[in-house]
Amino acid sequence: MPTRIKLQDGEYRLVEDPFTTIGDDAGLPPGDVIISLTRFQTEGDQLLSEGRKVGVRLEPAEEVEALVYDLPRIALVAVVFPKYRDGRSYTAARLLRERYGFEREIRAVGEVLREQAGFMARVGIDAFSPADGSTPEDWARATHRQRHVYQRAADRRTPAFAERE
Amino acid sequence: MYRYDTLDKEFLADRAAEFREQVGRRLAGEITEDQFKMIRLMNGLYLQLHAYMLRIAVPYGALNPTQMRALAQIGRKYDKGYGHFTTRTNLQFHWIKLADAPDILDALAAVDMHAIQTSGNCIRNTTADPFAGATAEEIDDPRVWSEAIRQWSSLHPEFSFLPRKFKVAITGSAKDRTAAKVHDIGLMMRRGRDGAFGFEVIVGGGLGRTPYVGPTINEFLPANRLFSYLEAVLRVYNRHGRRDNIYKARIKILVAALGAEEFARQVKEEWEKIGPAGDLPDTEIARIRGAFVPMDFDTLVNRSEAFEAAKAADPALARFARNNLREHKRPGYTIVEISLKAIGETPGDATSDQMDVVADLAERYGHGDIRVTHEQNLVLPHVKLDDLAAVHAGLKAVGLATPNVNLISDIIACPGLDYCALANARAIPIAQDIARTFADQDRAELIGELKIKISGCINACGHHHVGHIGILGVDKKGEEFYQLTLGGSGAEDAAVGSMLGPALPAGRVAGAIDTMVDVYLRERQDGERFLDTFRRTGVTPFKEAVYADAN
Repeated sequence: MPTRIKLQDGEYRLVEDPFTTIGDDAGLPPGDVIISLTRFQTEGDQLLSEGRKVGVRLEPAEEVEALVYDLPRIALVAVVFPKYRDGRSYTAARLLRERYGFEREIRAVGEVLREQAGFMARVGIDAFSPADGSTPEDWARATHRQRHVYQRAADRRTPAFAERE
Repeated sequence: MYRYDTLDKEFLADRAAEFREQVGRRLAGEITEDQFKMIRLMNGLYLQLHAYMLRIAVPYGALNPTQMRALAQIGRKYDKGYGHFTTRTNLQFHWIKLADAPDILDALAAVDMHAIQTSGNCIRNTTADPFAGATAEEIDDPRVWSEAIRQWSSLHPEFSFLPRKFKVAITGSAKDRTAAKVHDIGLMMRRGRDGAFGFEVIVGGGLGRTPYVGPTINEFLPANRLFSYLEAVLRVYNRHGRRDNIYKARIKILVAALGAEEFARQVKEEWEKIGPAGDLPDTEIARIRGAFVPMDFDTLVNRSEAFEAAKAADPALARFARNNLREHKRPGYTIVEISLKAIGETPGDATSDQMDVVADLAERYGHGDIRVTHEQNLVLPHVKLDDLAAVHAGLKAVGLATPNVNLISDIIACPGLDYCALANARAIPIAQDIARTFADQDRAELIGELKIKISGCINACGHHHVGHIGILGVDKKGEEFYQLTLGGSGAEDAAVGSMLGPALPAGRVAGAIDTMVDVYLRERQDGERFLDTFRRTGVTPFKEAVYADAN
């Protein structure tokens, strides 16, 4: 079974990934799937009624607000980074956590590199499919590199101004 | 100066340690140059025509003597004994070896400095009034807010991969010395009706290929709501700014496409959702304010007999005093501007020896405070008139007493084709040519305030659009040509300059400016500045004179 790096209770581990990512034109295998927002909007009800877990892939140009109504039924959201330079999915992840209270997995897919680890963990992304062959140890090192952070974000880290009090 | 606490210091140390490890991976061949590019650009390291260039952040243009000496030392040890102050009030070293970069970042961290976010599509260094804390004009000290922004924007989890770079300017007074209206965000402090202060928020100004004077999207933002509002602006931009074309990716394009009113509405809607939870606690702003070293000024009278006598005896000092001093809020003190535009030299360059002298003078006579201006000069913001003769002598000994601030030879220029891979034409030799043409100081003073700004390409790092006279280098079939614009301003009366006419070859630029200055001197009324005359007469008399010459 394929794997992804998962952040659980502050630890990075390589864990098995029960989900299969399915393109818009591909047939549906049995089991848990990740599908596009478009496909979810047309076939989501049917798939959920079959008792599978369904994850939704959110492209950077898609509005996270389009998912809000369905969040209680969605098993995970895969936010896409088509290029590491494209930072829109940081906002999507942060809003999912902070504004819409989504507590299940948010997974980073696409050009996901260890240099982004600190940013991704801070906006509430907790699963990673790295494109650079990096390991859970690399991710742990990258996210714990800075002993302090200056902002409130979607993780539980204490910002500098609160540390100082 | 803001004093770093343990936490600020550890933040920089951690960052420098990470970069050392990354450079190690690159030097060992574990990552390719392409993969390394992202890493080095997050640390201010560019690969230019001849070598690596390291851009060091000078947050809101403020330096203390220890930091200035550290920069001098880096210039000596790792570069060619000089550095280049930029229009972002940063310092660039142009001849850096990759293997030395980690040691340089450690040397910087040791004096509370860094190169974080001096490149990349993130929130860059904030520009603040170089006279902050010294001018009587200000409502509040913009450095307090700039430091808060520095911290808030450092490794920001959501806004480190924006569509394009993002620059903020803050001015505490109505007089704008930051070019706030041509920044991505310009914050101009205002006093509210109840006496509380806040900011007028200007968004979407900018230069580059598509220059805009930014519109005001909020007339009065209460100061304690600044950070939630910045978050709202950045979030709207991060989500909706264009990413398909690098030349249309700045926030100005989004603001212009939506219209200022609609953009303001979207920001307001987002801001209301964020609420005060997105603001920095008042206690933290108070802590930052308290972490600035307090200034204990002496009680003096506004006239210094020693200074008057020295001026009477030394015409060079008198000339320096006429052109390089600005009014200080305290009697008996003055703001000293140090020109980095010595005639025939590279605008913005300072040698390591010059940096050391500025550090010494600041320590001895200037309350340990040094500023960098976006016009590529330095400032000693707090000097006693009594000490001015000594400061002048100290500057003069190392060639830093050029009495030309705001005059025609005080020219801004980007590094241009002499250094930069993007440039189409050289900028520095054009600046040197013009400065030599107007080397006669009496004539320069007669001409008065005239701001010339030169960019070697359309990216406009030399801010040519907002020069009273702007000069843009273009490439015409392999030959360097220069397009002239007139009537721009980066101050509170911000305007984008209008084109004079067809581009001129390098050899004709200084002559054309000489011709236009003659037109101005002929046309001007009642002590008008060049800019005022141009605004009254329009481009025609200038154009006729320059191109009549050509025939």
